[in-house]
Amino acid sequence: MKTLILLFTVCLLLSSCATQNGNTYQQLGGQAKIEEIVDNFIYEIEFDPVLFEFFKDSDINRFREKLIEHLCLLTGGPCQYTGDSMEQVHAGMNISESSYNHGVDLFINAMTKAEIPHPIQNKVLATMIHTREQMIYQ
Amino acid sequence: MAIAKTNKWCLCWSKSLIIFLGLLSPIAKASDGKLIGTAGLNQLEGSGGGGIVAWATLAGYDSRDQISVNAFGTQVNLDDYRLNVLGVSASFYDRVEISLAQQRFDLKTLGGDIKQNIYAAKYRIYGDVVYSTWPQLSLGIQHKTLDDGSIASAVGATDDSSGTDLYLAATKVHLGAIAGFNALWSVTARATKANQLGLLGFGGIKNDSYQIMAEASVAVLLSRHLAVGAEYRQKPDNLGLGEEDWFDLFISYIPSKNLSVTLAWAELGSIAGAKDQKGLYLSLNGQLW
Repeated sequence: MKTLILLFTVCLLLSSCATQNGNTYQQLGGQAKIEEIVDNFIYEIEFDPVLFEFFKDSDINRFREKLIEHLCLLTGGPCQYTGDSMEQVHAGMNISESSYNHGVDLFINAMTKAEIPHPIQNKVLATMIHTREQMIYQ
Repeated sequence: MAIAKTNKWCLCWSKSLIIFLGLLSPIAKASDGKLIGTAGLNQLEGSGGGGIVAWATLAGYDSRDQISVNAFGTQVNLDDYRLNVLGVSASFYDRVEISLAQQRFDLKTLGGDIKQNIYAAKYRIYGDVVYSTWPQLSLGIQHKTLDDGSIASAVGATDDSSGTDLYLAATKVHLGAIAGFNALWSVTARATKANQLGLLGFGGIKNDSYQIMAEASVAVLLSRHLAVGAEYRQKPDNLGLGEEDWFDLFISYIPSKNLSVTLAWAELGSIAGAKDQKGLYLSLNGQLW
């Protein structure tokens, strides 16, 4: 048991010492990187039969613009989100849990291609996960 | 005589396996559910978990529309003993998991072995290990039957044929929690009478009632494909042979959602009077479907 307590303490120390300067938006490289991630994500979707199905009637330019705004806002950047609510956007799509998870995998690919370091990728995902309930099975 | 017995045992085992696989109807195959590295492994008794600890996670990458089937093989090579485990598990709609595991415990210095089958089920009560605010919670049951109770009976076990463990587990993954790395913790309360997982029977002269034992794991995912962590499992000393708590440090390599390899250093304390049993733990886990 002592060993476990020690482990937890080490974990806590690591997390407090390693806190980097700036919010997630700044750490990931600001607006330019967000645009790069979103462009990569759109590219991933275009070549993915599962995800493309959900986008085939979408206005991709609008999707791009609103997703950039949303990501900027979620990661703590100086933006306003002017799009519809997540529930409205995904209404009637009936996105399953597995399609959602597949989308997350593609989004991770998009971040990897934009050369976002692994720890920053996780921080970006952490800012997004609360939207999952607003997206699936709508 | 010995050969005849082994054959009977194998036959019974393969029959269970066929029945088990027969239960699986052709429904959506699991491939994309869950983030890589968050499905966990099959622990020593076959349930979804870490290495020695049962977690709230169900083994396999199935989502609520899918079924997954996993198979695993584990060997723990200690100073005086060697534990070999083979098993399969199926997870239905990320809600219910059933598993079968076969343990063979080789008595390296004394000669001979002990065999045990474990039939287990787990029900996810609440949550998603990654996405819910509160930890994922599951309730599990493990029914263990000894093939031959003569050793259990010789060391003083009250029941030398079978026993059942019940556990409640809570598990959570925190994204980017430790310097941006994903972190996992899991705690389990287990009601058990098992001596050394049941290999030495159930209950004994020192204690013959159910006791609640604590289990815990912590892990950090260093990348999408590499996890390191530590585990602890409290053990009862029903036989009065000085059974001790278990501890391990592990590293898992997860090249894809279909395969993981885990190497651990396990310290399992005193086992049936042989003190300070420690050694390497190696486990191969594959998602078949």
